[in-house]
Amino acid sequence: MAATLVEKILARAAGRDAVSPGDIVTIGVDLAMAHDSSGPRRWQARLEALGARLWDPDRVVIVSDHYVPAVDAESAAILKQTRAFARDYGVKHFYDMKGICHVILPENGHVIPGMVIAGGDSHTTNAGAFGAYAAGFGATDMTAIAATGETWTTVPDTIRVEITGTLSDGVTAKDVMLALCRDLGMGNHFKAVEYDGEAVRAMDMEARMVLANMAAELGAETGLIAPDDVTLAHIRAHGGTVGDDAPDRWRSDGDAVFARTFKLDGAALAPQAAAPHSPANSADVGDHDGARIDQAYIGACVGAKLSDLRMAAAVLKGRKIAPGVRLLVAPASARVTAAAAKDGTLETLIEAGAVMLPSGCGACAGLGAGLLAAGEVCISSTNRNFKGRMGHKDASVYLGSPYTVAASAIEGRVADPRPFLTGRRAAA
Amino acid sequence: MSVREGRAWVYGGGIDTDLLAPGYAMKKSPEELARHTLEAVDPDFAAQVRPGDMLVAGEDLGIGSSREQAAISLKTLGVSAVIAASFARIFYRNCMNIGLPAMRFDPAGRIKTGDRLRFDLAAGRLDNLTTGEGWTVAALPPHLMAMIAEGGLMASLARRFNPEPQDAGHGAAPGSLT
Ligand code: SF4
Repeated sequence: MAATLVEKILARAAGRDAVSPGDIVTIGVDLAMAHDSSGPRRWQARLEALGARLWDPDRVVIVSDHYVPAVDAESAAILKQTRAFARDYGVKHFYDMKGICHVILPENGHVIPGMVIAGGDSHTTNAGAFGAYAAGFGATDMTAIAATGETWTTVPDTIRVEITGTLSDGVTAKDVMLALCRDLGMGNHFKAVEYDGEAVRAMDMEARMVLANMAAELGAETGLIAPDDVTLAHIRAHGGTVGDDAPDRWRSDGDAVFARTFKLDGAALAPQAAAPHSPANSADVGDHDGARIDQAYIGACVGAKLSDLRMAAAVLKGRKIAPGVRLLVAPASARVTAAAAKDGTLETLIEAGAVMLPSGCGACAGLGAGLLAAGEVCISSTNRNFKGRMGHKDASVYLGSPYTVAASAIEGRVADPRPFLTGRRAAA
Repeated sequence: MSVREGRAWVYGGGIDTDLLAPGYAMKKSPEELARHTLEAVDPDFAAQVRPGDMLVAGEDLGIGSSREQAAISLKTLGVSAVIAASFARIFYRNCMNIGLPAMRFDPAGRIKTGDRLRFDLAAGRLDNLTTGEGWTVAALPPHLMAMIAEGGLMASLARRFNPEPQDAGHGAAPGSLT
């Protein structure tokens, strides 16, 4: 019987030949991930009350990223508990202040096509870029998963999103997602989104992760991209083991039934920005009438990988940020920082006036450095701009690609990055 | 115990987890965090909500983060059920897992803030006692119904890890998550 990618993964995980949308199934989890905010501090007392240990410490990944580095005694205590838990429960993969969880997983070869990944974070969908079923769960669900290695789900319908054509210069996966938040809306609850099309196939894994990551903003249970040679090469380059047959095995059948197919013309897409306070408030960047900004933020799992820092540097090279504007850069991982230091990207950013922040969730979750005061306006490469998320409840956050954030830092207002990119090329 | 009664607190669509459990208060104790629930949209809610009251919303209730505190804060304040035109998936599961029933129902034009509601989970019945209108609502899948009856996922898990019937009075069989 024809099946979609998510149906194939869930059938395998449920030990069934086939499943259909609407089936309620118990599924085995291949990898459980949690961070310092959602993990040990929420699990430990519950596990102790149950008298339970981890079902398989080798398949649990713990990442300290939300409260790093500690800014007060409360966050220090949370990190201390996280470290003690990782040690006492024999967690095999514990990444302490190495970067943001969704970036850490693929950076260390943990994500393999066909897997079921349960994460204590809504952007766990990020791992779906590798053709995995990756979904976020709350703390009690995650405690159950950590203790038993299984959970339940209702097999979701799949919305197929086809991104046609070639993206123009200065247009990124982030712009695709901001446009989709507007066009598809954020209410695709209990659905899977599978991305395909020429523009997706042309993307590297860092860009594909943006699509899967922001499936969370579409409201989706998971966002997937079928694996191809690009996927396999990336996994192997990061220490993962994957068979050559993965692309044949983990893809939707040609005659699979989708709830809906949505086409986005990638070639016609302009850089996007989302106005406060929702990713769905997106429009062409020029439609925001050059709203003035106080802060520009390059950060988060979705917007501070090496390619993101390079995009910002491409715009900022040889330029300075506007007086009165602060540009903050929090690389997504320690490895990203090291690579950006080595290839000159950091130097470019710092010379333009950027202030470097630690790798971690930082201002994205309203927990670390870089928060906003009442009335302040920020443009950010992060994935959501809900009211009150990045500091004061009366602050405003625009979302854009790293190109757009960098161009806005130079102009002191929400700005189209394309003139800076063509200008650079003409000068070169 | 499946019947809940209280006043309605009605809000629109897009009530996200940052509104329910603001990031700047996430390090605080559950009781303190609960005092910040919805303060950016309604500064009176947390102070004035009473045990039994129900949160009623439009589309996408609980969209955003996986933080379970968004649901826990409501329960801490005594909210007895959440009713919305649609729910974000993780929030929906979180509510059920802590024993706070979440029900899909479009309140537009049917329920106003301050109306007295009566919700019978087992019978699948919602009544607006203020207007006299009543509706049949969709039943929960059996595994969720059983979990709510047990008091939530931790109670179900406790039975699984400790099958000795410590409180046999509740009558639910030990079993798997489903
Ligand atoms: S960077 Fe932001 S979106 Fe990503 S995991 Fe951290 S808090 Fe969540």
